[in-house]
Amino acid sequence: MTTTEPRITSPSGTETDLVEMNWDPITRIVGSLGIYTKIDFNAKRVAECYSTSSIFRGYSIFMKGKDPRDAHFITSRICGICGDNHATCSVYNQNMAYGVRPPALGEWIINLGEAAEYMFDHNIFQENLVGVDFCEKMVAETNPGVLERANATEAPHAADHGYRTIGDIMRSLNPLEGEFYREALQVSRTTREMFCLMEGRHVHPSTLYPGGVGTVATVQLFTDYLTRLMRYVEFMKRVVPMHDDLFDFFYEALPGYEEVGRRRVLLGCWGSFNDPVACNFTYREMADWGRKMFVTPGVVVDGNLVTTSLVDINLGIRILLGHSYYEDWEDQEMFVTHDELGNPVDRRHPWNQHTIPKPAKRDFDGAYSWCMAPRWFDGTDYLPLDTGGGPIARLWSTALAGLVDIGYVQATGHSVKINLPRTVSRPEVTFEWKIPADKEGKPLSNAIERDRARTYFQAYSAACALHFVEQALAEIRAGRTRTWEPFTVPNDAFSVGFTEAVRGVLSHHMVIRDGKIANYHPYPPTPWNGSVRDSYGTPGPYEDAVQNTPIFEENPPERFKGIDIMRAVRSFDPCLPCGVHMYLGGGRVVKTAHSPTGVTLAI
Amino acid sequence: MTQAVDEQVLHILWMNGGLSCDGDSVALTAATQPSIEEIALGALPGLPKVAVHWPLIDFECGPEQGADNFIEWWRRADRGELDPFVLVVEGSIPNEAIKPEGYWCGFGRDPETGQPVTTSEWLDRLAPKATAILAVGTCATYGGIHAMAGNPTGAMGVPDYLGWDWTSKAGLPIVCVPGCPIHPDNLSETILYLLYQVAGQAPMIPLDEALRPRWLFEATVHQGCDRAGYYEEGDFAAEYGSAKCLVKLGCWGPVVKCNVPKRGWINGVGGCPNVGGICIACTMPGFPDKFMPFMDEPPGARVSTAASGMYGTVIRTLRGFTQRTADKEPTWRVKGTELRTGYQKTW
Repeated sequence: MTTTEPRITSPSGTETDLVEMNWDPITRIVGSLGIYTKIDFNAKRVAECYSTSSIFRGYSIFMKGKDPRDAHFITSRICGICGDNHATCSVYNQNMAYGVRPPALGEWIINLGEAAEYMFDHNIFQENLVGVDFCEKMVAETNPGVLERANATEAPHAADHGYRTIGDIMRSLNPLEGEFYREALQVSRTTREMFCLMEGRHVHPSTLYPGGVGTVATVQLFTDYLTRLMRYVEFMKRVVPMHDDLFDFFYEALPGYEEVGRRRVLLGCWGSFNDPVACNFTYREMADWGRKMFVTPGVVVDGNLVTTSLVDINLGIRILLGHSYYEDWEDQEMFVTHDELGNPVDRRHPWNQHTIPKPAKRDFDGAYSWCMAPRWFDGTDYLPLDTGGGPIARLWSTALAGLVDIGYVQATGHSVKINLPRTVSRPEVTFEWKIPADKEGKPLSNAIERDRARTYFQAYSAACALHFVEQALAEIRAGRTRTWEPFTVPNDAFSVGFTEAVRGVLSHHMVIRDGKIANYHPYPPTPWNGSVRDSYGTPGPYEDAVQNTPIFEENPPERFKGIDIMRAVRSFDPCLPCGVHMYLGGGRVVKTAHSPTGVTLAI
Repeated sequence: MTQAVDEQVLHILWMNGGLSCDGDSVALTAATQPSIEEIALGALPGLPKVAVHWPLIDFECGPEQGADNFIEWWRRADRGELDPFVLVVEGSIPNEAIKPEGYWCGFGRDPETGQPVTTSEWLDRLAPKATAILAVGTCATYGGIHAMAGNPTGAMGVPDYLGWDWTSKAGLPIVCVPGCPIHPDNLSETILYLLYQVAGQAPMIPLDEALRPRWLFEATVHQGCDRAGYYEEGDFAAEYGSAKCLVKLGCWGPVVKCNVPKRGWINGVGGCPNVGGICIACTMPGFPDKFMPFMDEPPGARVSTAASGMYGTVIRTLRGFTQRTADKEPTWRVKGTELRTGYQKTW
């Protein structure tokens, strides 16, 4: 049913017909998310957009008073597709609190598990969820002219991936019937086998502990992993050029597609894959060992690297309430006034946060979300960083920092090179991810580049895993087979863990008092990406992304699918029970809110 | 996943809007025996034609007012236009009655009020019309993590919400497949059984007192664990990473009903105590409260391990006692306007 509203005056002062379009829930993401819009079909633009999907579970509340050693078992349950990232982050956090440094072999095993998670999760999301937005069936229903052109366009890398035309690539992505769709689904299973070799179970690991892992490290363990890994490397040699061809085609077939989902470059990456040689889990040396991670932490603003220090990153985090269903905590006690280095810690930092729920009716002019607004304070501004779904921020930060060089991957200062060895039917291949720029040379963060980076990061993870297997086997061959180090839980402590969840930044902050959890606040990527308009009036990342999305779909309102909006939203890889509330128009006021599962907020 | 609809189609409505993490939806994509594509494409003999309405990977993604609107399937089911359908519930059901306004979780909106339709309201509307209800994962079956002590939402499982003796219009009890997350093949295999049953090709699904499929949950973790030999020899791991029995490091395997060590996690790979992970009892009605702190030695384990040279009735009696407690939910997972979890309300 289409409802056409009476004529409304748009912000520019001209009269226009606005048509309501609601998606609730949005499919093919993790969790449920609704989007409510008003669309101006004459101008081919979104005039207003509210997006919502709300859930509150209360992790930060029910973890209080529990044994700190239970934290990773509990927080894994925040997320059903990247729960292991939470478990890992929590274990890092606990290691700092307990002052324990796991044996190197235990750390290589966690790195291998997490690499497998990236390989699995990006693969299934890209090919079985996002890919459907680019498949033949979808394009035929939204842009028949584009499909016609795709059928007539030779794929530049046909020799590498085996699909003669772009149309053939699109057909292979058709759900269930498409050959590549089914192959990718199967690959999502073998990569999860790799994950289970290291962490026991997917998605809530059984073998992770503070102090290391319970995994029994044998030659067989790594052989089982390595053989599956090399098959994945072979697979990626087809997948990278195939996606390059598909994404490049969209720019070509739909001039201006660069603007779909585009926003200012404000990217955060909290680093991934610790180097056990450097990482001692002390807060004092966190900036140093953070820079040794195999994915470099960093904040990228307008294409420039602002910092690579995890201490700077930590101290800059602020949680603002904005239009969410919570009471403020200004009058509550502070848990941590200074960090271990003597730096002051803000009241709005996660260490000092209190979660006080206040359920209310949904009111888009008032409170309308269970999600708060995390921001990163650079000393002047509360920056609404996004993660771009993870990979684009990780590759960008790593590329600019130029610190990673392990042979299989090399950061050059302006790009990341991924060197894949010979596999059963293909020779050595080098892929290079380059910092994306538009036609005028300006740095480009948009839907297509977020999606493209995802494919490259799958190859990056596989390349890192090759290094980790070699390091782990070296430990075993040297007879160092212990994977776990004992520890004791202190009566009082505060600590932090940083890593990258599949879809971006992840932090866990904990305060221990009397041997129990006094405060625990996890911040996963989705609250950053879809945060509410905050107390300072700064809109969240989705605002820019949706505001700048022109509509290329050819359908009239009655048959409208909103594919361009869906591509923009899905490029952020929205995760889990997330609630996003956006309002565009009406004087360009934009409110966004979001509560991922991971969320925190929800938490 | 939605196929053309005709008279013969059996619909599966998948509701992931409870207090969940979506881990059970994700688990189904991992299943290999059978896989979801084998079920959806009818690749097993005698399967009825099914249409799966599943948010995680559904092709349909259009707006309410345009083409291919996903929520319309729920509204059709509510109007009685989808018959038969199996309702799959993922996530625990919060208690929406403990506060004056607002919602803990929901999806879709009420056209009258513009407010979200809560998950419990969908359950109220659809339960009487469903041919079967399948609760997947420990949240939906017994409450799980989100129902632990001190929780603010009053979360509970589907049987707590609808009643443990609830039966569908076709006479089926709620079918519970616990696990946090659910074991991929335990899920796909139970779906398969229910499809055969609804199609008239299989008798009533055999369930135990906690509504679990008997053949999946009749044995304990310990009985299926390949480290049980170490237990028998009284040879216990003192550190994580050891290949020996983990019972002194926190493993609850001796009293937990679950087939994971025997089945592996995915395609036979992985698991829990069999690969070095203590069993934290994530399939049990008493999870998590009755098993925390997870990394401490279970109280019953000391007795059992000291007696591990003994056999027969002594051990079975001791275990039976612990098992009965573990198989019961804590008392606060109930309906009503009171919040009994220990959390002090601020609203």
